[in-house]
Amino acid sequence: MATAPKPNAEKKIAEKEVLLKIDGLTKIYDGAVKAVDNVSLNVYKGEIFGLLGGSGCGKSTLLRMLAGFETPSKGKIFLENQDITDIPAYQRPINMMFQSYALFPHLSVWENIAFGLKRDHMPKDETAARVEAMLKLAQLTKYAERKPHQLSGGQQQRVALARSLAKRPKLLLLDEPLGALDKKLRETTQLELVNIIEDVGVTCVLVTHDQEEAMTMASRIAVMAEGYFLQVGEPDAIYEIPNSRQVADFIGNVNMFEGIVEEDEADHVIVRCPECVHYVGHGFSGTEGMSVGVALRPEKITISKTKPKGQYNWCEGEVVEIVYFGDHTTYHLKLESGRVIKAQEINNTRDLSCGLTWGDHAYLHWNNLAMVILTH
Amino acid sequence: MNKPVQFIRGLFSGNKLVIGIPYAWFALLVAIPILIVLKISLSEMEMTSVSNMIDWSSGWPKIKINFESYQFIASDTLYVKTYISSLKYAIITTILCLAIGYPFAYFMARSPKHMQPMLLMLIMLPFWTSFLLRIYAWKTLLVSNGVINNILISIGIIDTPLAMMNNSFSLLIGMVYSYLPFMILPLYANLSKLDIRYLEAAADLGTSPFKAFWLITVPLSKAGIIAGSMLVFIPAVGEFVIPELLGGPSTLMIGRVLWDEFFSNNDWPMAAAVAVVMILLILVPMAMFNKAEAEQLGGKA
Repeated sequence: MATAPKPNAEKKIAEKEVLLKIDGLTKIYDGAVKAVDNVSLNVYKGEIFGLLGGSGCGKSTLLRMLAGFETPSKGKIFLENQDITDIPAYQRPINMMFQSYALFPHLSVWENIAFGLKRDHMPKDETAARVEAMLKLAQLTKYAERKPHQLSGGQQQRVALARSLAKRPKLLLLDEPLGALDKKLRETTQLELVNIIEDVGVTCVLVTHDQEEAMTMASRIAVMAEGYFLQVGEPDAIYEIPNSRQVADFIGNVNMFEGIVEEDEADHVIVRCPECVHYVGHGFSGTEGMSVGVALRPEKITISKTKPKGQYNWCEGEVVEIVYFGDHTTYHLKLESGRVIKAQEINNTRDLSCGLTWGDHAYLHWNNLAMVILTH
Repeated sequence: MNKPVQFIRGLFSGNKLVIGIPYAWFALLVAIPILIVLKISLSEMEMTSVSNMIDWSSGWPKIKINFESYQFIASDTLYVKTYISSLKYAIITTILCLAIGYPFAYFMARSPKHMQPMLLMLIMLPFWTSFLLRIYAWKTLLVSNGVINNILISIGIIDTPLAMMNNSFSLLIGMVYSYLPFMILPLYANLSKLDIRYLEAAADLGTSPFKAFWLITVPLSKAGIIAGSMLVFIPAVGEFVIPELLGGPSTLMIGRVLWDEFFSNNDWPMAAAVAVVMILLILVPMAMFNKAEAEQLGGKA
């Protein structure tokens, strides 16, 4: 595994108070299918924790167990050191913002937000004050009397958030909170949502399949596959220091090289791959002769027409595809071996003729801290 | 351009024809018969046949209007009582069907998916036997020397037979039994579509399952409740066969009065007037209800 400098934030979190503790949680369906497999996790007070994974990875089942809609087959859930595993959903101090919101269609926005408060028999004036505050927080004061179907997607989303925050839950669960919004709206809503959550200061567990959503919203992320956690860490750590090929592949784009460790020194590692030789500018906890993977993200590669100096960290090939995204362009370079490597260039000038076109011979190079050595 | 030809062509164009068929059907089998009934109700006793109702003496068709039958209905307390009694039995039947049918439909909708077609089949099974036969079967169960009384006497629970026949008890049993499927089917259709997430959201916000049923399930199944109640209430008001076979002298229902007016008294205008008033009794609350619904739906746009 790579030993790049780790952010000291992990140490900071350790000092924080544990709000939610999951201990060996397992959910088995029909006696055989392990939807969630022996998952343990601490969520600290005030953080937004992201559960990221593809469909069927068990993230939703895990969330539903936290909410109380599914009974764990094994394991315990503790909230503020209190075992809540067997407490029914309606008695847990946990609220959830549902995927596609599940707003009560027969109730107005106001009644939707007040719904949970009324169940707690909160005095009328107090309920009204709380609902008004929530409406204000979610910028919905104008829409209080409307029914959910009379609102736009973004407004519905804010009602759902206001409803789930109204009871001041100890833990807020967000199930694909932005999944029902279109891309443009999602970007603005993402930050709005985080701002509101941080204003209230509630601890969140967020489930999403969208890595961008997880990266921007969560302070820590768990990457999930086949019912267990592949890696838990801060978004940048997960992106820059993935602990396995699977995580590197799942988060963002990556060029994966397979090779043998040729030289393993304290300050550098040399990995020989069929396509090129990698000179990694830091040590690693492995041995010479070991076969490893080298993950290299496209945006860390520079493309040029001139041959780079030295013998390490470059390769050459033919431009077979140029994908223009507006803010950046992705070049697909076909190496001699037939492998295609992606390189991303930021379009920092308005010059339309970048000098490279289909069929050109070009060189890719990267610096000695651009890649990650993966042993798993 | 030849407009009349175009018009006639337009009349026979495919899409107009398709739309026209239900209208023609409606006009022929609903509107015209109702108008005829209305006309009969406004004519005098001797003008009962359709051709006699129109007076051609002046060369133009002239319709004589005679409110006598309606005046008689309003003045005779028997009719008023019968209407009230009909409405009463129809309302009780509807409430009983709802009370029995709702849990029925609820558990059907909540039962495993592969079981549901079979349960649905069981609800419809009685329709495979003649309606009349099924009502007669109740007669043999309920009469004083019938199956139920015999069993109860033989195991010593009662000494004298219970009076279960030819009273409001037997009438309501027959009505509820016959109309229950019409309540269950629309309710089931509605409840099976209910999104379980609403109940989860309610639970999440601190609602016990029992409360969630009243706060979420029942309001969201309103359309099914209304459809089912209408399907039971409307035919129940004018029901003739069940009161005739299972009812008694105390269970006055308008269907029987209608029958008597037509076939015993041969008073067609009177019978038609009774029928028209019955239609109004059903239509007016329905129209009011529809208007309220439309207003609520109007808010949706």
